[in-house]
Amino acid sequence: MFPILQLGPLALRLPGLFLLMGVWVGTALIDWEAPRRKVSGAALNNLVFYGLIAGIVGARLVYALRYLSIYADDPLSLFSLNPSTLAPTEGILIGLIVVLVLGQRRHLPFWAALDALAPGLAAFSAFLGLAHLSSGDAFGAPTSVPWAIELWGATRHPTQAYEIVLAGLAFLGVWRLGRVFAFPGFLFLAWLAMAAGSRLFLKPFAATVSSSSGSCARPSWRVWRCWRLPWLAFIFGRGGPWWREKPPVR
Amino acid sequence: MKSAAGGSRQFSDGRATLAWISDPRRWFAVTSLVVLLGLVWTLRSSVAASATTGGLTPSPRVGFAAPDFTLELLGGGQVSLSELRGKPVIVNLWASWCPPCRAEMPALQQVYEANHSRGLEILAVNTTYQDTEAGAAQFVREFGLTFPIPLDRSGVVSRTYLLRALPTTFFIDRDGIIRKVVLGGPMSETTIQTAVEDLLRED
Repeated sequence: MFPILQLGPLALRLPGLFLLMGVWVGTALIDWEAPRRKVSGAALNNLVFYGLIAGIVGARLVYALRYLSIYADDPLSLFSLNPSTLAPTEGILIGLIVVLVLGQRRHLPFWAALDALAPGLAAFSAFLGLAHLSSGDAFGAPTSVPWAIELWGATRHPTQAYEIVLAGLAFLGVWRLGRVFAFPGFLFLAWLAMAAGSRLFLKPFAATVSSSSGSCARPSWRVWRCWRLPWLAFIFGRGGPWWREKPPVR
Repeated sequence: MKSAAGGSRQFSDGRATLAWISDPRRWFAVTSLVVLLGLVWTLRSSVAASATTGGLTPSPRVGFAAPDFTLELLGGGQVSLSELRGKPVIVNLWASWCPPCRAEMPALQQVYEANHSRGLEILAVNTTYQDTEAGAAQFVREFGLTFPIPLDRSGVVSRTYLLRALPTTFFIDRDGIIRKVVLGGPMSETTIQTAVEDLLRED
């Protein structure tokens, strides 16, 4: 794991660099895919850009809200470049909400826009795996398989490598399926299904597990049991009418 | 007859339910609700990495036990990290020639002064193998540092803590588990104080 790349006096954080590369490749793929879906690539890229900005600002603001009294004494700390003072989950949610609201306001066709985003999202997922590989995050459970790697004081499943391979396969799948037009939203939903499948595959090898409370608890196949019905129904089942851009006239 | 009527009612109820759910907007609402509930459940039920590693394995990573070390102090004496078990500890690796270390050290001193009475300890480990003791001593005088300065003369602590950038800071809780790692700097007083609040809140 190499979280820092030292180039002379310059110390580059590799995980952040990989994420930036992922955004760059992802936006390039949006430019490539959007015209095929009859969506403005520039509008979509702007949407991604605003989403990223909103996500970062939101993540910092939520973090500051958690420690309001401390930040009240030194409000300029809000502008710190330190990534450890971000609330990532809330930031992602805020970014997604901003993307949804702006997308709606700009009258972007919902499903076509998601289809245009799919190859970019698939590529970004692969770079996310590379970021995990460089930082050692998303590490695997201890194991004695021959391909285990020494990491964080134990020999572990190289889950980051699994993640990259699965994301690469999902990207290839999206690439191939992009030539097939089934219905608006098909490409995005196909990627979503492949990404969800990858997560389910990775779950048993990951060091982190779900809580043992509740009926949908460990092991991971139970998680799959709890999740598969809504997802399969959502993607392949009775969600059919919703795929159409306009509901059928009755 | 009675059961047939009951079955017929059930059948018609089922058809009514199907008809109700067939509406695309209702279907969208129902599936979205299911997915949202699943998402909330997943987020709520997820367990931190620390819960699965149990803090048993010493490794310089969040959720793992902070590797123990014993080092001589600048000015004499020794300190072991394990001696400080039961108190939140900040381990900061620095060198006197490192500009971000110089920039963040006053903030560390401020946080130490504000929280030492609440139990906070700081071990500012000088990476002496790539610095000089004279340089470290001058640095400590210049900034008026009052917390212990262990000297990593052989580099063993830097290697154990996989030091990749200066400064690097580890926030360790009362049980000796690493709760936060900050690679590089400088950290502001606010950044340090927010991390310390988390450590002090955990009893």
